[in-house]
This record gives sequence, C-alpha cells and structure tokens, in this order.
Amino acid sequence: MGRKLLFDKAHIENIRYYDVYRANGGYDSAEKALKSMTPELVLEEVKKSGLRGRGGAGFPTGLKWSFIAKPEGVPRYLVCNADESEPGTFKDRYLMEFLPHLLIEGLLISSYTLGANSCYIYIRGEYAWIPDILEEAIADAKKNGWLGKNIQGSGFDLEIYVQRGAGAYICGEETALIESLEGKRGNPRIKPPFPAVKGLWDCPTVVNNVETLATVVPILRIGGEEYAKYGIGKSTGTKLISACGNINKPGVYEIEMNISVEEFIYSEEYCGGIANGKRLKACIPGGSSVPILPANLLLKTAKGEPRMMTYESLSDGGFATGTMLGSGGFIVLDEDQCIVKNTLTFARFYHHESCGQCSPCREGTGWMERVLKNIEKGKGKMSDIDLLWDIQRKIEGNTICPLGDAAAWPVAAAIRHFRDEFEWHVLNPEESQVRNFGLAHYADPLEIAAPAAV
Amino acid sequence: MAEEKKLFKVKIDGIPVEVEPGTTILNAARQIGGDIVPPAMCYYSKLQGSGGKCRTCLVKVSKGSEADPRPMPKLVASCRTTVMDGMEVANITSPEVLEARKGVVEFLLLNHPLDCPVCDQAGECHLQDLGYEHGADGTRYEFKRREFEKIDIGDKIQLHMTRCILCYRCVFTADQLTETRQHGILGRGEASEISTYIHKSLDNEFIGNVIDVCPVGALTDKTFRFKNRVWFLKPVDAHRDCENPKCCGKTVLWLRGDEVFRVTARKDKYGEVEAFICDTCRFDKKETKDWIVEGPRKVDRHSVISQGQYVGVHKPKDALPEVLDGRQPKLMMNIHNISQVNRPEIDLSRIEGPAHSDDFKN
Amino acid sequence: MFSEEKLNKVKEIIARYPQGKQKSALLPVLHLAQEEFGGWLSAETMDYVASLLQITPIEVYEVATFYSMFNMKPVGKHVFEVCHTGPCMLRGSDNIIDYIKKKLNIGVGETTQDGLFTLKTVECLGACGYAPMMQLGKHFREHLTPEKVDEIINECRAKAN
Ligand SMILES: Cc1cc2nc3c(=O)[nH]c(=O)nc-3n(C[C@H](O)[C@H](O)[C@H](O)COP(=O)(O)O)c2cc1C
Ligand code: SF4
Ligand code: SF4
Ligand code: FES
Ligand code: FES
Repeated sequence: MGRKLLFDKAHIENIRYYDVYRANGGYDSAEKALKSMTPELVLEEVKKSGLRGRGGAGFPTGLKWSFIAKPEGVPRYLVCNADESEPGTFKDRYLMEFLPHLLIEGLLISSYTLGANSCYIYIRGEYAWIPDILEEAIADAKKNGWLGKNIQGSGFDLEIYVQRGAGAYICGEETALIESLEGKRGNPRIKPPFPAVKGLWDCPTVVNNVETLATVVPILRIGGEEYAKYGIGKSTGTKLISACGNINKPGVYEIEMNISVEEFIYSEEYCGGIANGKRLKACIPGGSSVPILPANLLLKTAKGEPRMMTYESLSDGGFATGTMLGSGGFIVLDEDQCIVKNTLTFARFYHHESCGQCSPCREGTGWMERVLKNIEKGKGKMSDIDLLWDIQRKIEGNTICPLGDAAAWPVAAAIRHFRDEFEWHVLNPEESQVRNFGLAHYADPLEIAAPAAV
Repeated sequence: MAEEKKLFKVKIDGIPVEVEPGTTILNAARQIGGDIVPPAMCYYSKLQGSGGKCRTCLVKVSKGSEADPRPMPKLVASCRTTVMDGMEVANITSPEVLEARKGVVEFLLLNHPLDCPVCDQAGECHLQDLGYEHGADGTRYEFKRREFEKIDIGDKIQLHMTRCILCYRCVFTADQLTETRQHGILGRGEASEISTYIHKSLDNEFIGNVIDVCPVGALTDKTFRFKNRVWFLKPVDAHRDCENPKCCGKTVLWLRGDEVFRVTARKDKYGEVEAFICDTCRFDKKETKDWIVEGPRKVDRHSVISQGQYVGVHKPKDALPEVLDGRQPKLMMNIHNISQVNRPEIDLSRIEGPAHSDDFKN
Repeated sequence: MFSEEKLNKVKEIIARYPQGKQKSALLPVLHLAQEEFGGWLSAETMDYVASLLQITPIEVYEVATFYSMFNMKPVGKHVFEVCHTGPCMLRGSDNIIDYIKKKLNIGVGETTQDGLFTLKTVECLGACGYAPMMQLGKHFREHLTPEKVDEIINECRAKAN
C-alpha cells in the first residue's frame, strides 16, 4: 500500500464531522502553527516541503506565497480555487465532500501564513450540494473556536466564505475567478499586474487549488523536510489522481509520486486494469488539456525508461513524446475508442468555454470544432488535417490566458501521435461511421532511437 | 528646472528610441512612427483598460532588459506590455510575429462579412486596412458566418453586430464618458455580442463617440445621409463654441458642396480621436452656419478616403503609401472578387464626378 | 419580489464582502432569483436584482448571459443535463442521450409538450469517474443506464402528480 497523507484517515466513519475529525488529530497542525510558529516559519516549512500547485501548473507554493505584496493597511486575501472543471478532474470534489475540515484547517494555516483575514472558497456552481457541506463544517469550526475572532487565543482572525460559480470553466483561471468573485463576467485579466500585487478588489491575493491548500495540513504535521522525502526529486509528496474512462475502477486515488504509470493503471490498488478485458490504446494523464499519448509512449518514455507518475517523468520528451501531470485527471481510452471523436468532444468543450475576449481563442476554437466534426462525420478532406494543425498553432501562445493553449494542445497531440487514424477517417468516410480504427500499432513496442545527433 | 527623469532606451526593429518609464511598447513604437508601428484594433490610448484583446499588436521581445536580457518566451501584446530599460523588440523584422499576425487577421476576418464595398465603414475601416496589409488571399473558412440583423439603438446609432470584432472599445467609452452604460457584451465566447439585451435606445450626451471609436462598421451614424461612399466627401476641420463644458467643439465636417453630411471627431493617424465630442455637435449641427470652418482636413491614414483623387484604376495604389504613413500596402483586395453584392460592371473609377448611391441602383 | 426571508438571505450574502463591494453578491443572488422565480431569469427578474444590488441592469445582463447555469428562457420542470464530454462519451453517454430522446420523444434543447422535461447536453460536470451522468436540479445522477433513466423519469412524473 502506498503511503497516504491526505486520505490516511478518509476511511474513518463520520470523519467529515468536526468531532470525529478533531478526535483523530484534526486541527493539530493548525494549533501547532497558531500557537508555536510565526507565519515566516510556516512559510519556511511549506518551502522546504517542495509542494507544487495541484491545480494544474505545478508552480511551487512556497515561492508563490512569498510574492504576496504587503502594503500597509491593505487587506490580503486567500482564495481557494474549487472550480474544478477540467474534464477528467474530480478530485477536489472528493476532498470537499468527505474531508471538509481538512480543507478548512488548510485554509486556516494558509491564511495565517499569508496574513489574510478573509478567505473565499470559489466552487463551481454545478457542485450545488457541496456548499451546504462546507458551510456546515465552517459553522462547526467556528463554534469550536477555529474561525472567527482571536482564534485559539492567537490574536488571529479569520472568516471563510463559500461562493458558488454558475457554470464556466474559465473561472478556474485565477484572474477570471477573481473577476467572477467580484460579480463580473469571467474574463481573465491581462497580466501584469499579478494577483499577488493586485487581485481581489485590487488587493494582494493568493489563489490556490483545494488540494494544494489541504496538503499544507500534513506538511505541518510531519514537517516540510519529511514531506519532501515522499515522492521522487522535485515531485515531492503525494498527489490525488482522479481516474476515469475505460478502466475497471474509476475513482479518486492518492498516490505517492514514486509509482509507475503502468502500476497505476494495472494494479488492483488503483485502476485495476482496462475494463472488459480490453487493451490500452491511449491516455490523457492530466486533464483534457494535456497531450494525449498512445499506449507505447505512455508506459515508457522515448528513451525506453518506465514512465513514472511524477511531474518530470510525465513531461519527459517535451510535447514531442511526453505529456503533463496537469491537474491529475487521468483519462484512459481502450482499444475500441475513436481518437477523432474524443478530440472532437474536447474541441467542443473549449469552444463552449472560451470567454471570447481574444480573437484567436474566440474564433479558433469554434473553427477547430467544426473541422473536426466534418472529419468525424466522414466529410473531411486530407487538407483539413493540416488546416487543424495550422489553426492550433496560430492559437497557441497568442492568447490572453492559457485556455487558448489548453484548446490547442489536445488537437496538436492527437494529430501528432494519431495522424494515421485521422487519415483513415478521411479515406474511409463510410467505414469510419460504422467501426473504429482500433488499436492499430499504438501499443507496439517502440524502437528506442539512438540518441539523436544534435 | 524640469525634473530629471531617467528615460528608458529601447530598440524596436533595430531603431533606438528613448521613452519614459511606464510607456508601452506600442506607444514607444508610435514615437518612432512609420512601418514598425504594430497595428492596434482594440487598444485606444484615450480609453482606460483598453487593449490586449485583439492580439494584432503582438510583438517579440528578443531582449527583456539590460538587467535581464533573456527574451520573453511568448509573443506579447505590445499595447499592454511596458518597456524596460534596454529592451529590444522585433515587430516587422520577426517572421514569427508576421506569421502570428497573419493568423490573427485571419481569425478576425473569419466571421466578418467580406462585403466592404457596401459597408458603411468602407474607406475608413481599420479591419479593411489590416486585411490589405497583413491578410492572406481568400479565406479557408468553409462554414456559415455569424450573422445578425442590423438594429437601431436609438434614432441616431445603428448597430450591425455582424461586423463587430468585439474590441470592447465602445463598452469602455460608455463606461468612461457617459453617466450610465446601457449596452455591453452579452453571451460568451464565439456567441458574445454587443447588445442592450432588451431593445433600448442609447441616450446620453456623449454616447455618439462609440461611432468614432468603433474600428469597423458595427456602430454607425444613422444621421449620416450619404453612407457607403465616404471618399466622395470632403472633410474639413471646423469648430464651434460648444455649450457643453466637456466637449471640445473641434470636429471634422464631411461636406459635399456646402452640405454637411456628417460630423465626427478629429482623428489622428492611428485612427484615434484627438478629443471626444458631444452628441449635439455630432448629430444636431448639420448646417455649415453652425460652424467655423478652419480648412481642409489632411487625411492621415485611411487608404481610400482620398478626396476626388479616385480616378483611374491605378491611381489609388500610388496614393496609398502616402496616406498609409509611408507604408506600402501588402495586398490590394479586389472588391469585385470578394463581394457578392457589389456589381462588377460598375467600375467606381469610371464614374464621372462624385458617385451617388443612385449609381449603384438598377 | 423576494420574500422577507430571502431578502435577509441577500443581506447576509452582501455582508460577506467589504463595504461597497456588494456587486460580488451578483452570482449568489442570481442563483437565488432563478430558484425563486420559475427556474429562469426574465428581464424583470434581472432588473430587480440590479436594483437590489444597486448596479445597472446591463451589468446583470452581461453576467447572466455569460454563465451556462443561468437560463435566459423558461425551461421544463425537470431539466436533464446530460454530460457528453470525453470521459462520459468514453463510457457511453451518447447511448444515454439517444435513449432519453426516444423515451421522451424530444431532441436536445427541447421540452416535452407537457412542460415536464427538458433535455440538454452539457460539458464535463466533474463526475467523470461515475459516468455516464446527468445533473438533475441540485444533484448528480451517476452511473446511468437505460433502466436508471426510466426510474428517474418515473420519479419525476410521480413528483408532478
Ligand atoms: C482555463 C483554466 C482553467 C483552470 N481551472 C482550474 C481549476 O478548475 N482549478 C484549479 O485549481 N486551477 C485551475 N486553473 C489553474 C489556476 O489558474 C491557478 O493556476 C491555480 O488555481 C493555482 O493554484 P495552485 O498553485 O494551487 O495549483 C485553471 C487555469 C486555466 C488557464
Ligand atoms: S484565451 Fe480564450 S478564454 Fe482566455 S482570455 Fe482569450 S478568449 Fe478568453
Ligand atoms: S461594436 Fe465596434 S467598438 Fe464595439 S466592440 Fe464591436 S467592433 Fe468594438
Ligand atoms: S491592440 Fe493590442 S491586443 Fe489589440
Ligand atoms: S466528462 Fe462527464 S462529468 Fe466529466
């Protein structure tokens, strides 16, 4: 069994209620921070832990916190990003539903470190029942002196509020989230200024993912240095992976970042292998926006080494042969799945979710969807594949926020690795409507290329 | 003595310029002028918060600053990126920038009707200019274009959303110049549109400025009695003693003979108004006697508005570099090729004297 | 007009933000208004919300039309919002959508004649591991099968009677 830091007590009955959580060591970390540590010391521990943002970008949390501006007399805010809308990702939901106090304790420690006296949890609107769970937990924490004024006699005040979104993936982007929290359209802001200087209501603000903030609790419990001993290299600690698609046991798993992708997919402890005895065709390991990889490149890197569930190993080979850990939304495709169809649903998603502020994303996402739809329906041309490539290339890197990139990458990766499947669709317009391309050669062992002469 | 201010040394396409700290790359380039100025479709120096959206002004920062010479990893919007001391920027000398810009222009034109010859903005449309200079031939878009009905927002302004490029300028204008904004951006993504939601007329003493800031023909002046063929009018600078203290009273009258066909603010060579004018000046003062005429307006930038010189097919081509501030047009769109509406047998340049809309009727 | 109770709720929401930042209450109050006034946001409803928060009506229209959960038109009593993004598609969401279409005899985006059901397709709702799924009111219905869909339809009909 892999070591657990977030879910170690998740199996305890009623752990979602205050009394049970407290009786099992809950709020001990917060107590330690408030009573025996200065904010600077807590920050030091978080830095030592090597914790990286769990929302997708993997930016070092301690470093991010150290950027927050501290002008005299201006309030600072902590915003918890619970928008969780990246297809394939449903881990934060699990944390909030089953371990709400773990999150609240994490918010308390983090707010204390940042000197924020108000904290907002921005949760996607469709998780309509979760705010009730969170609000109940907040009320219980408050009753027991963990929120409100002068918490546990430390002199530190904190209020936590839950804000519901209303259906917009883009509000997961931190500046769009801030706009939305201000009661506006979720249009990402043009940076700079960064939220750390000018965020919510123009005050210094830190936005972090739910899992990131919850992880601060075990870091304080065992110490930053100890935390950093989990995992491999710069991928320290544990990560929540939400696994879905054609596997036997979809669900949310906490993994230590030292296991291989193969183990994650095939072991009984995690996904339990491909459903219905089928073979693995492809996988999108970090949420819909990261590049899709065919089975052969997924399990082994281009150098022939086993691919591990770490930030570094998953991105080994860059976009040419690698992908990203992203948000941990692990989507598995079996041999009967159509890559064109899957790519089309993602293109449709990004088209639907573009805020429309900047022209490449607003116009390009819809165009890609329409071209893909033609190919999928057997009405495509060979030149459409090159056209798609060209469109995604002209979106990527040229937009205000990374949603443009997120829309471009899945299309690029699908064409890069599955071009023959796209061509087959074009060349076999009728057959492609009744059967799939199948596994083809996508799981064949790769020839290990001799180190390329540069 | 003037305060000593340290100026930043910047190079754009190899041309050095010294600018005040806080200047954007775009404005630094405008200080140099000419070819190397990036095109700007959404930025408007007089509107706070504008810019960053259209992405036509993307440039490459090949050297970040003297202190940190690393290049920036992505192209940046020059209208919203401030310069650093020692920064080096590539605009037209960067193939990557030109390629990206071509892409942006294609995106902007994707859903834009290609019926320039019948558009009210023809001749003074920034998108038309942009298409000439940076566009590719033809379109690769094989799907139905977004279309909307023209609607009247009030009796003075017409909105034709089909042409809108969502630059947000009119929204900033209403926010910053008028008491209450009544129109805005509705919907999301590709389905966004400028609208009042429930049909309302825009009514405010400065709202007419949205017509001047609109880079395309989406917002037009309903009181303009000779639409479509603006280049047959003679623009003159004029002013009046406007009662409205916030109005500068300095305008351009667009005349044919002694008749005032429309009134606009004065625009600089980047298509920006020098100062905003009130709606009384714009919509209600349509007699020459209302005005003190100063003299002919030099049309700085806009290609086809060159009064009276529009004779003979090749003439405009020669005139273009002059009105384009020294730049050579990259491409001339043959309007007959792209328009289903205009009638090819009517050659504009063959019409004797000023053309009239009757010339285009059967 | 909101009831006394709802107006207090609105006040409580506004109190979450600093003085003068009551516009931040817009999304929560629109949710409240949609629940209260027939499941959609009419122009009158939006104007009312604008007056409550002391902002201009256009600010409300801009926001309401941006977010997919706000209905700008009346919808059926029970709205089936079936997810059809990649992970759900991989687990057969297309079949579920087809089944519902046949069963209710409506297309996507349509409402049954009795005004009871509306079928919508939506993008990923964060339940990809429990696919196929749909949102029904405040809750998710997961691991859908044709049988489960039948049950849900019956349940909704029973509630209507
Ligand atoms: C289009 C887009 C959507 C995003 N959605 C989410 C999200 O749903 N949840 C999240 O935590 N981060 C999301 N992010 C990342 C956030 O912008 C931000 O980086 C993150 O909340 C920072 O937290 P972290 O450092 O703890 O990961 C998104 C980013 C983009 C560009
Ligand atoms: S990239 Fe897309 S989502 Fe991001 S700001 Fe531009 S239009 Fe909006
Ligand atoms: S109507 Fe004109 S000014 Fe307004 S957003 Fe559209 S293009 Fe810009
Ligand atoms: S002018 Fe700079 S992005 Fe539009
Ligand atoms: S794809 Fe359907 S819930 Fe995520």
